[in-house]
Formats: sequence, C-alpha cells, structure tokens
Amino acid sequence: MTLELTTTDRPYLPRGVRMHKDRVRGGVVLLAPEKAILLDDIGVAILSRIDGKRRFGEIIADLAEAFKAPPAQIESDVQRFLGGLRARMYLGVTP
Amino acid sequence: MNKPSPIEQPEPAQSTGNVPPPLAMLAELTHRCPLSCPYCSNPLTLSGKDGELDTSEWIDVFRQAADIGVLQLHISGGEPASRRDLVELVEGAEKAGLYTNLVTSGVGLTPRRMDELEQAGLEHIQLSLQGTNAELADRIGGYKGGFERKMQVAAEIAKRGIPLTLNAVMHRHNMDDLEHTIEMALELGARRLEVACVQFHGWALKNRAALMPTRQQTDKVKQQVAEAQERLRGVLAFDFVPPDYYADFPKACMGGWGSTGLNITPDGTVLPCHVAQSIPHLEFGNIRQTPLRDIWYDSAAFNAYRGTDWMPEPCTSCERKEIDFGGCRCQALLLAGDAGAVDPVCTRSPDHGRITDILTAEMAADTPEFTYRKL
Ligand code: SF4
Ligand code: SF4
Repeated sequence: MTLELTTTDRPYLPRGVRMHKDRVRGGVVLLAPEKAILLDDIGVAILSRIDGKRRFGEIIADLAEAFKAPPAQIESDVQRFLGGLRARMYLGVTP
Repeated sequence: MNKPSPIEQPEPAQSTGNVPPPLAMLAELTHRCPLSCPYCSNPLTLSGKDGELDTSEWIDVFRQAADIGVLQLHISGGEPASRRDLVELVEGAEKAGLYTNLVTSGVGLTPRRMDELEQAGLEHIQLSLQGTNAELADRIGGYKGGFERKMQVAAEIAKRGIPLTLNAVMHRHNMDDLEHTIEMALELGARRLEVACVQFHGWALKNRAALMPTRQQTDKVKQQVAEAQERLRGVLAFDFVPPDYYADFPKACMGGWGSTGLNITPDGTVLPCHVAQSIPHLEFGNIRQTPLRDIWYDSAAFNAYRGTDWMPEPCTSCERKEIDFGGCRCQALLLAGDAGAVDPVCTRSPDHGRITDILTAEMAADTPEFTYRKL
C-alpha cells in the first residue's frame, strides 16, 4: 500500500492518537499508542488542520497561504510528515 | 517550510545534558495473575495482595508522574484486571492527564468492565498473546481456557473500536508460528503487532534453556518481520524486539538508564527498569516515603548508570554509546558479574564468550520442561 495521500483524501487522527499540550516541557506532543512525538510549529500547523473533513488538497492550499510558500514544496513536506505517521498507523485516511 | 519534517525531530526524551523529565511510566498494579507464563517478567519472589498500594496511593502516584512530565502510563501487572479498583485507577490516571494504556492478558475483562474502562477514558489496550491456538497458548500460559477467553476479549475490544496492540511473546515454542500470528493480528483488527522475543530476566531466565530459540529460528523471524512490514505498510505497524543473545549489539535498555521511563512495583518501589531489583547494591526509593520527583532526579539508583559517564571501555570510545548506552545493566551483572560492565551481548565485550557458551550448551542439551511462575 502506498502511504501517499491524494488531493481528495481526507486524513484524520484515529482514536487513540491526539495532540497534547505538554505543560512540563512546553510545546505540543502527539500522543499515540506507546509513543509520544514532540511536534514543531509546522507539525502543529499541519495536524491542527486535520479534522477528517478537510481534503488533503485544501490543507495544502491553506498551509501554502499561511506559510507563504509554494504549494509544491509544502506538499512534499506534508506528504513526508503524514506518510511517516501513516506508516506507524497514527493517521487514518478516508477517500 | 525548509525545516526538517517534524517526525524527524528528536523526541522529547532525547535531550542530553541535564536529566530530562520521564516520558513513560509502567505501573505494576499487582503481581497477581491467573496465568503463570514461564517467561513472566515479574521477579521470582512475587509479592502478595497485602503489600499493594491502595487506590488513593496509586492515583497520587499518577498525579505526581504527570506533574514531573510523564505522558504515557502503562497499566500492567501481573494482570491489572486482578485489581478490583482497575476502573477507578484508569479514571484517576486520565484525570491526571496521562495517556493510559492497559497491558493485559484479557482474563478478567468482562464486557461490562470494558464498558466502564472505556467510559473512564482508557485509550489503548495491549493484549498479550501466548500462542495462536488454544492448545499452545494454554500450555504456555498454564491456564486452561485462557485462549478462548482472550479471543472473546479481543472481539469485544474490536467491537468497541478501542485501539489494540497485540503483544506476541516469542520463543522456541511459538516462533515458527509467526505467519499465523500476523494473520491473527489482522483478523483481530490490531493496529500494531509487537513481536517481542523473550528477554532473559526473572522467570524467563529460570526457563532460559526451555525458551531459547535456535539461530535458524531467529534468522527466519527477522526475515519474516522485515517482509511483513513491507507488505503490510499502512495496515499493521510492527515493533520488533529480536532475541538479543543472537545480536551483535545490545538493545538500548529503557532507551538509557533513567532517561525515559520508570517502573513502579506493586508496593510502590520505584525502579529504572522492571528488572533493576536484580542489582543488589542499588537501593530503590519507595513512593510511600519519597516523592517521585526526588527519586527520579536525585536518587543514587537512578543516577548510577545515567548518561555515558559511568561507562567502561570499549563503550567509552565506541560510536554506538549513545545508541545502545552499553546495553542492559541487569544482563551485565548476570553474565559479566558487574552491573557496570558492557552488556556481554555486545560482540565487543570481553565477556561475549559467556553468551556463545550459553548458546552452545543450551542448543546441545534437550529442551527442559517449563518452570511455571508461581506466588
Ligand atoms: S507474563 Fe503471563 S504470568 Fe506474567 S503477568 Fe503476564 S500474563 Fe501473567
Ligand atoms: S561497545 Fe558498548 S557502546 Fe559500543 S556497541 Fe558495545 S555495548 Fe554498545
């Protein structure tokens, strides 16, 4: 199975995976089964746009605008990030 | 967006220099368990119900843990479902803000209790698998009917959609059954499969000769895991703990002593790893007397093998010293006679011959019967 998302895919955080404000270390972590991943601002920006309704294409467009960066570059970064999460089953996708 | 993708950022525990806050805590609620697996990671001297922390003591530990930075709580045992206050404890952990994972054999989890656990906010279940069929699983777990019960529990978990990891403990008697184990994980709707080859401490050490896989089995299992990982990408995630006696380098025990996690025994003793009590010269604090924060940051036991300063050669000048941290301290004591030595699993250890001797001896002899764990 390919981990790449298509423009119309709707990614979501499955049950048991959530963002958490870390009051001891500061910042935001992604909590998943037996794992905690420290997110940087970009990670937070990506994941906070993921709600199971928005499509991948819209998310990229939105991020490109927010970060004033070319969509193609944003897309490859986000693909890599989300692909990594998907491989570990921390991200679900509805077509 | 030129920064590296966040997934490649160091994870919270990896900050160096000062002592980082702990990330994960294993709470062994009880040593009681209806099963009696011969590889149980509980100590040989099991403690009874009387000494166990009570409900409010546990909930207080959960709060203290969250206060010092613990994010993940693994509620374990023994069998945690043997505690009648399990639901209350999960509720307390969730209220403290911890991500709560239940590590269970499934025995004792009735559908009603599962409803209550779900309501209490339980986020994930790790279900142990002793074998892929009733005959094998019940023989290994030493509990008749355990497998059937477990399958019912797995179905209840799936029905509710609670995230599930299947934890398959592998050894000589079930390693050849890996393909079937993977199929089962898929059928049960698990998201993750832990292929955890037995590590030889506690009861597993007592049963080492009965449990030790062959080199052939080990090579095959590695290959199978790699192949399945590729084939099931995005369907099932794997976590693989290879049998370390056959490895070239030791595993990074606990990601480094006192760096990431801590373990609370049923009576409230706080350990850097669940076998640490096998090191007799260390004195471990107890949360009945000392705050968790002080034990984590200031106790001699937690500082004994922290970081890399304690290391002997060849670790000191080795490029892997911050990868495996010199391996397991308990194994070093056991096989090299010194908890401050290199883990003899390492091919660079002067004591590595102990490992090859053990393997030669155990492969040449007949497989002994199991000594089941008992109170
Ligand atoms: S390893 Fe077996 S005996 Fe030990 S606690 Fe787990 S299920 Fe019980
Ligand atoms: S010499 Fe020490 S640091 Fe190097 S691989 Fe062996 S155990 Fe690890």
